[in-house]
Amino acid sequence: MSVRTGDSRAFVPRASTRRERASGRKENDGRFAFWLVVPAILVLTVVIGYPVIAALVRSLFSDPIASAPRFIGLDNYFSALWGVNSGKFWDSVGVTYFFAAVTIVLETAIGLGMALVMNQAFRGRGLLRGVVLVPWAVPTAVAAVLWKWSFDPVGIINALTGSHVVWTGSDWPSKAAIVIADTWKTSPFIALLILAGLQIIPGEVYEAAKIDGAGAFQRFRLITLPLVRPALLVAILFRLLDTLRMYDLPAILTHGANDTTTLSILVVQATLNELKPGFGGALSTLTFLLIFVTAYAFVRLLGVNAVEAQIGGGRGGKR
Amino acid sequence: MTTATVPAPRTADRRRGTTRRGPASRWLYAALVTIVLFCLLPFYWMVVTSLKDPKEVFDNSLVPTHPTFLNYTAVFGSQNTFLLALRNSVVIAGSVTALALVFGVFAAYALARLHFRGKNLVLGLFLATSMFPGVAILTPLFQLFADLGWIDTYQSMIIPDISFSLPLGIWILASFFRAMPWELEEAARVDGCTKAAAFRLVILPLAVPGVFTTAILVFISAWNEFMIANSMSQTPASQPVTVAIAQFSGISQYDQPYGTQMAAGVIVTVPLIVLVLIFQRRIVSGLTAGGVK
Repeated sequence: MSVRTGDSRAFVPRASTRRERASGRKENDGRFAFWLVVPAILVLTVVIGYPVIAALVRSLFSDPIASAPRFIGLDNYFSALWGVNSGKFWDSVGVTYFFAAVTIVLETAIGLGMALVMNQAFRGRGLLRGVVLVPWAVPTAVAAVLWKWSFDPVGIINALTGSHVVWTGSDWPSKAAIVIADTWKTSPFIALLILAGLQIIPGEVYEAAKIDGAGAFQRFRLITLPLVRPALLVAILFRLLDTLRMYDLPAILTHGANDTTTLSILVVQATLNELKPGFGGALSTLTFLLIFVTAYAFVRLLGVNAVEAQIGGGRGGKR
Repeated sequence: MTTATVPAPRTADRRRGTTRRGPASRWLYAALVTIVLFCLLPFYWMVVTSLKDPKEVFDNSLVPTHPTFLNYTAVFGSQNTFLLALRNSVVIAGSVTALALVFGVFAAYALARLHFRGKNLVLGLFLATSMFPGVAILTPLFQLFADLGWIDTYQSMIIPDISFSLPLGIWILASFFRAMPWELEEAARVDGCTKAAAFRLVILPLAVPGVFTTAILVFISAWNEFMIANSMSQTPASQPVTVAIAQFSGISQYDQPYGTQMAAGVIVTVPLIVLVLIFQRRIVSGLTAGGVK
């Protein structure tokens, strides 16, 4: 993409009249762009900016039952981090990161495997890509109900494995059920993102390596992995952001019982069930900070350039 | 085996190809079958369960022995307000898609094609919002909508949904705009079009396929939204299908009406799957362009 825009740019300065027009246009661009971008920014400011600030402000007030909220400074945050309610908060932090770590490792491994298979030449590739999109298209809420049914004590999973596990009845089986449901739903999506990365790798690179005597594993380790790394990192980054805000699956499968209360569930519970908007505001701000810091650390640690280049796409706009 | 330097007849060529690649192909097909089973078996189980007689739902036979549409009639029966939920979903996801496209097209065009100061800042802003945890805006919006008397209305779900649909739309559309040929716009400009006129007369018509793909992706993500809808919709009057299915009730708390839930799940999912199968090529390109869920 960026190549193409680069080409046409090289084409512009050839005629001097064009250059004059181009420079004149550049001045107009700012104004035109302003009017095009401002509506979207305004909408997002109202939809995201306002509530974030409102949550911040509200989190500094108490949650009395029948009187006006009182300013209490950072008490809600203290209470969440090391006060009365800290147990619940840190438990849900642990649960959330547990889900993030386990599902991302599983989904990346399975997704990479699927992508490598789908990158082979065979008939019906298009059909397979459609099939692989099916779990992605199933609404998470529907998938959760489907897996709840499958994990029922008398459901298909126990029937097929001959076990008698009450899947959503105790800690680890509940977690396993959620991990399995999420892995089913999302691995194919990761596979597609990685496949897109694989398809950019030119076949000649492999041919050359083959001639040089590299075996299949060596080709995978020395060519495929490094070249597919940007796509892989983007897939993992987006999964990271998604799993850290996981809500639908545990909310429906276990209602957050048996140590499956994620941060998102905790926030919703505090706000809607316990009617504590101040404490809920503090929790949501903390959740936001955790996700932001984690994503930032991930991008920093694992190559900011690769991720940025991929996300920015044909950004190349620093002209 | 001799190397095929001479172009052989097509059939012979193909036969030799398969025999030589025999073992590798067998592995490939085994892997393909595994992938297909992995993706489709749970969905197949949903369809099978939905076709079973409610009395046989727990027999776990892999094919329905007495296929029946009882569950489907139950979904639309008097106990469940499923038709209303379908309508709610269409209204909510449709409005979200329309709004995201209207605002998204302009912003995406500017980001893909124009040079202006603060462009990287704006890009970063949109990127940041697309990573935003929905739960962080839920608390204050719920408060606000409660004060306004908006709980259990369409707008209480449509407005928060914009927070993820608009950034998603902008990213996908921007990548389509970047891939479009510059030259036509240049030509229109040479012919005396203003920038705005060239945008309206040349770029927008060319962008229709990209807009269409974006519409599908945004619609699917809005259709599948659960958390916001589950918080904001309190009665069936405004519940979208995702919430309705999760809340389908049986006779007691411990009696899950799985057959009916599965039937409803099939009804909700099949249109999406049909869309996905028809437009898989464009959906994949849109997804990878956006790099988003």
